Formats: sequence, C-alpha cells, structure tokens
Amino acid sequence: MANSPAHRRPSRRKARGAGIVPWLFISPWILGFLFFTLGPLMFSFIMSLYDWPVVGARTFVGLDNYTTMLRYDPQFWDSLWITVKFAALFVPLNIILSFGLAVLLNLNLRGTAIFRTAFYLPSVISGVALVTIWSWLYSKEYGLLNYMLSFAGIEGPNWLGDTGWAIFAITIASLWGLGGSMLIFLAGLQSVPKELYEAARISGVPPWAQVIHITLPMLSPMLLFTFITSIISAFQQLTIALLLTKGGPVGSTYFFAMYIYDNAFKFHDMGYAAAMSWVMFLIILVLSMLVMRWSTAWVYYEGEVKKEGGHG
Amino acid sequence: MGKALAYAALIFLSALFVAPFLWTLITAVKSQADLVAYPPVLWPADWHWENFADAWNKQPFNIFLKNSLIVVVLSTIGQLFSSSLVAFGFARFRFPGRDAIFILLLATMMIPWDVKMIPLYMEFNLLGWINTLKPLIVPAWFSEAFFVFLLRQYIMTIPMEIDEAARMDGANAWQIYWRIHLPLMAPALVLVGTFHFMNAWNDYLGPLIFLNDQSTYTLPLGLALFKGLHEVDVVSIAAITIILCLPPLALFFYAQRYIMDSALGSSVKG
Repeated sequence: MANSPAHRRPSRRKARGAGIVPWLFISPWILGFLFFTLGPLMFSFIMSLYDWPVVGARTFVGLDNYTTMLRYDPQFWDSLWITVKFAALFVPLNIILSFGLAVLLNLNLRGTAIFRTAFYLPSVISGVALVTIWSWLYSKEYGLLNYMLSFAGIEGPNWLGDTGWAIFAITIASLWGLGGSMLIFLAGLQSVPKELYEAARISGVPPWAQVIHITLPMLSPMLLFTFITSIISAFQQLTIALLLTKGGPVGSTYFFAMYIYDNAFKFHDMGYAAAMSWVMFLIILVLSMLVMRWSTAWVYYEGEVKKEGGHG
Repeated sequence: MGKALAYAALIFLSALFVAPFLWTLITAVKSQADLVAYPPVLWPADWHWENFADAWNKQPFNIFLKNSLIVVVLSTIGQLFSSSLVAFGFARFRFPGRDAIFILLLATMMIPWDVKMIPLYMEFNLLGWINTLKPLIVPAWFSEAFFVFLLRQYIMTIPMEIDEAARMDGANAWQIYWRIHLPLMAPALVLVGTFHFMNAWNDYLGPLIFLNDQSTYTLPLGLALFKGLHEVDVVSIAAITIILCLPPLALFFYAQRYIMDSALGSSVKG
C-alpha cells in the first residue's frame, strides 16, 4: 500500500520530516533483514542448487537435490510423514487445551491469578531444561508418570522406548509449554463485551449456544493466529526431539527438521540440507496460506478493530 | 456445583503443570539411596542442599554461566535499543513505502529458522565468528520483527501531542525518541526484555550450531554436555536443571503483570 504523500494531506500533523530521518530509525531492521534474513535466504537457495560439501569443491547440480529428495530418498518422506503426524497431534491439542484453560481462567474464580501463573510457568523454560525434566518423568521404571498412572490401575507404556509412544511423549512435553497460546486466548476472552452474553442470556440462549455464537466468533482471530503459529512451530520441532529421543527409537521420532540438521552438520551435505529447508519453507507457506484462505469463512473481525497503519 | 467442578479442574490441571518442576527440585536434593528407591520417594526425609554446589563443580559451569551472561546481557541491550528505535521509526513517521516495508517485516516472522540456519552458519564461518559468542549477540542489535511490532503498537497509543509539544520546544527526532518515548515505553520494554532474555537464556540450537569449543559453551549446552557424560548422575543433572530454570522464573515473577496485561491480545487483532 502506498502512503499518502505529504503534499496530498498538508494538514496531517504526522507528516513530519520525510527525508532521511525515518530511514535512519528503521535502518537496524533493514540492515538486519539484508544480512541475517534476505541474504541467507537467497544464499540458501543458491546452495540448494549445488552439491555443497563443507570442505572441498562444490558443483552446480541444478535441481538434482530436489529430485533426489522427492524421488529417491525414502528418509525424506519418512521424516516428513513423522512431522505431519506430530503436527496433526500437536496443533489441534494445543489449540483445544490452551483454549479450554483460558475458558476456565476466564470464570474469574478466586485464586485465578495463581492458577494462571501455574499454567504459564513451564513456558518460561524450554529446551534443555524442559527435556531433562521430562526424560525422568517418562522413565519406564523410575518415572513419576508411570508411578502415578499405576495408582489409576494403568500400566504406563515405555514412553521413550516404544516406537508407538515416543511421538506422544514429545507431543505431551511440547504441550507443557502452551502458556503463550493460553494467554492469547485469555486476553481475547476478556475483551469480549459482557453485554453480548447478557443480551443472549435475557433472550434465553443456553450457555453452550453462547459459546458457539458469541465466544468462538469473537475469538476467531486468535484461533487463526494460534493455528498458524502452531503449524510453524510443529514443523520446526527440533530441540525436544534432538534431546529427548534423538530421533528414536528406530527413527520413530526422526523429524523433518532433524533430518535437515543431520544433513547439514553431520553428513556435511549443505546443498541437500538447504534444498530440504526450502521444501519445509514452501510447505509452511502453503499450509499457512490455505489456513488463511479457509479462515475467511470463519474469522470474524469486529468493525472497530484498528487496521494496520490506520493510525494518524 | 459448577463452581466446585471448575475448581477441581483448575487444581488438578495446575498440579499437572507445576509437578514436573517440583519433582525435579525434589530429585535434586535427594540422597543416592532415595534416588534409586522404588516406589519413588516423593518427599525425602533429608534434603541435601549441598547437591547443588557439588553438581556445579563437576564441570566448568562458572565458564558456561559467564558465557551465558555475556550473551544474554549484551543481546538484550541490543534488542531493546534496536527494536524500540525501529518501532519509533514505523510509528511516528510517514515515508514512502512505510506500510509495504512493515508488512514485509511482519512476513519475516513466518520464515522458519531452519531455512536461515545453514546459510547463517556459512556466513558466520566466513566472518570468522564460529566458536565466538558474536553470532548469538550481534543479530540482536538489528531488531526482531515481533518486538518491533509490539513496541510500535505501544507507541501508537501515546498521543501525538506529546511529540508536538517537544518539537515546539526545539527537540529533534532523536531527542523525542530518547528522552520522551523510551521512558514512556518502559512497560513494553520490560515485556520485550523479558521475552528476549528467556529466548536467549534458553536457546539451545543457536549455541549448538555456532559453538564447538567447550570454553565458549553457554549453560544449556553445558547441561547437555554434562547430561551426556554423566547420564546416571541424575541428582546433579536435576540440580543444574533447577539452576538453569531459576533466572527465567525469577524474571517471570518480576515481569508477570507486564506479561499478563501486555498488548498480547490486541497484538493478535492487528
């Protein structure tokens, strides 16, 4: 969108100092974008067209890396499938659970602040500490999780050692950090005008229908946001898998991102890894765009919501 | 009735979220005998606080801590400075292409780190920055899209009249930013600083890729190294894990009200 040039709206008070000054202010981002985003992005695309070992001669191979991946590399498809499975578990659960917790907190019962803190707490740690904590909880013999389950008469599985269960173990550990999404939903719930519920109650709309006809539409922008960010983080999942299961057992949690990492820094096949990272980028982009397009059917924007750049 | 049910759910669920921390803390202070006991000892009779010091001395954790502090402090300062500067630029000026550039900035949030990771490694390698802390510090001085977005939203809630008055008094753009907006932004800066601190403190992949030499390791890498070397020394690993969790937890409790009341909700509505 082009800006309204200053001469068209001479009276705008904001139309101060065009010239170089604003560019100086945003120059850190521009430089960072060139050197740490756009540059690497283009470089990575060029690399993806090469056979590019870390040391030694690089040869231009055109789209060979891409065709190899798609046609001759079963590991690529396996790791992609595992990632899709993980996303199919993580994305809906993350949305449903963080939404559910936000609804509970929004009842504003006494002590809500304490519960809110408890739910958010795990989000402030991540990576190595999170994985260390969960690796013991999951331990088959000594783990607290299976011990607790035994009280309920359930014999817990070998969480990290069973090919069927390891991906669930990673999902649960990832869901532990859903505090951020929960806060977003909570903020959304608190911004829903109380009069809407009041009016619905007076006209005899039952509570469940209020949720469907008031809460969900009002929160649809947050649902969309969480949907897309969850997809992105599901596809990028690397730290937890790298540390908790190392991709195992028998490759059952060998995520796409992990295969990229291994190709680059273990097998030193930088070109191939770069090509795979571009495939990941495209998948994320296409999925996000599909969700966005689909969302026009269900996302409801309030009339008074401020639009970007509409200020001033 | 409904209220009791809600309370039961809240108590049960919050216990699920907090229990792993408590369990780690309890593990960290256990004696060796308590550790291997089955059924697990849920509340040890003796709390061995000296386990923390013992664990700390088993690896050069002082060096890892120093590296972590250097990274976190320098990158947080850079992030606060650069992101607020850029946010001010977008919020308070009109210039050709501003809105398009801002959309581009928002779009960069969608780029997966995996795509940048490989070329960034090559770039830093070219610059001779591998095995130094620079790759973990320098990019933070060039602002981050999400933080720019948060701060810009915040600046836009501040009336233009304040800028006008300052300009009448002869203040230039830099002075308006530095003397007026930076102090006014304080709550939002606490938020950005907290988020950045947590990201930088917890970061594992960045250090994993850019640091090879143990003398440059940050704490998370140090803990992973330690975990690999002493897989069975569960008590020490738990102790280090607790230590690693403390700074973000402390910061969280300090910044809690900013996080909870922040523009998080409105930021999504755009």
